Amino acid sequence: MMSTDTPSLRRAFWASLRRELLLSYRHKGDLANPLIFFLMVVVFTPLGISEEPRMLARIAPGMLWVIALLATLLSLDGLFRSDYDDGALEQMVLSPQPLACLVLTKVFAHWLLTGVPLTLLAPVLGVMLQLPEGGYGILFLSLLLGTGSLSLIGAIGAALTVGLRKGGLLLSLIIMPFYVPVLIFGSGAVKNAIEGFPVNAELAILTAMLLAWSVMAPFAIAGGLKISVRA
Amino acid sequence: MPSLEFRQFTCQRDGHPLFNPLNFALNGGEVVQIAGPNGAGKTTFLRSLCGLFDEWTGEMLWQGTPLRVPDFSLCSQLLYLGHQPGVKKSLTAGENLRWFFGVQGMPFPGAVSDALAQVGLQGYEDTFCYQMSAGQLRRVALARLYISRAAIWILDEPFTAIDRFGVQNLETLLQRHVSNGGLVILTTHQPLAISGVRLIELQMAGRGGNDVD
Repeated sequence: MMSTDTPSLRRAFWASLRRELLLSYRHKGDLANPLIFFLMVVVFTPLGISEEPRMLARIAPGMLWVIALLATLLSLDGLFRSDYDDGALEQMVLSPQPLACLVLTKVFAHWLLTGVPLTLLAPVLGVMLQLPEGGYGILFLSLLLGTGSLSLIGAIGAALTVGLRKGGLLLSLIIMPFYVPVLIFGSGAVKNAIEGFPVNAELAILTAMLLAWSVMAPFAIAGGLKISVRA
Repeated sequence: MPSLEFRQFTCQRDGHPLFNPLNFALNGGEVVQIAGPNGAGKTTFLRSLCGLFDEWTGEMLWQGTPLRVPDFSLCSQLLYLGHQPGVKKSLTAGENLRWFFGVQGMPFPGAVSDALAQVGLQGYEDTFCYQMSAGQLRRVALARLYISRAAIWILDEPFTAIDRFGVQNLETLLQRHVSNGGLVILTTHQPLAISGVRLIELQMAGRGGNDVD
């Protein structure tokens, strides 16, 4: 194969994805954090609210979605923090490759290591919340689509607040309004599935949101990071 | 041959100029030392060259064309080493260097272990950076200079935490870079043992003066 020395975006993509995965592998605790949070809240829910199966079955779709959303939120604050502190972010901004593409790899890795495990865990925890039979497939599918949007939206907030000393609260305030539609259509899809109604509309809207955010969010994230670095 | 020119160039903080306006031109083959008291804006000046700071006034010309934010052509010819060198502690020295070049879209450099040997870190390629001392971390960052093909090196206090032998090595490297037509812009408080260093002194602008426009 002929090797060229011209910079290529594909190489930058793989190099940064490889690094993200390596870093996560070396900080396994950070990976487990949102999952343990998810597990804990699901365990506490029957204890705190009611162990009555019919009651649990009614709140299960909404509960699972809300907890998955909060677990994602929990993992977002650190998304750009260490790169900001050790100067790696400056080097990313200075790379001749478009920053929007580099951050998209970071968000993709975040989704792969937070959104996907949450999605896989959700049906298992659904059993603990007496989620009715018809809901499992759609719970999985809606979370798979929805967590992608959650990672993308959250990264915008993380990029804007990374330069601030205590950005955590501001981060939540910035992204919460954008999380609302994802939550509504995500948990709505699961409820409809359980009651035997069609879920095509909800899934289509979740997919549309994911696609729209995938296109728009990288530019917003890159813009936010540039503001944070230049401050 | 790289050329950078500054006309009435000054950086600002909260609307006040940090230093008196600068007028000078830099060409390949020069080592330029930016000097000045603490707080005169040396780091800020270097950051604005890289586009990491944009509250400046005046003109910056790259190859004769005015520049607002460094574009692709400048980014790919620029290597910036700041106070925080962007070395991840939970990666090994080799992984850090490969990422650094990878993220610019360059092929994985085969010369990683050579470059590490050049900075006195022979055999440290697979050592995690959290096991290294401050000086060794700095050396990992400096190893980039041995691989990079960027024409302009912008180095903010490159000698910090480096021992005397390392400083000598680095000076030899800088000399070699400029003799190949490269341009080095650096700040340091140490006297440099490089011949023909061009000194540019930043003079702190008086605060609250009415010379601000």
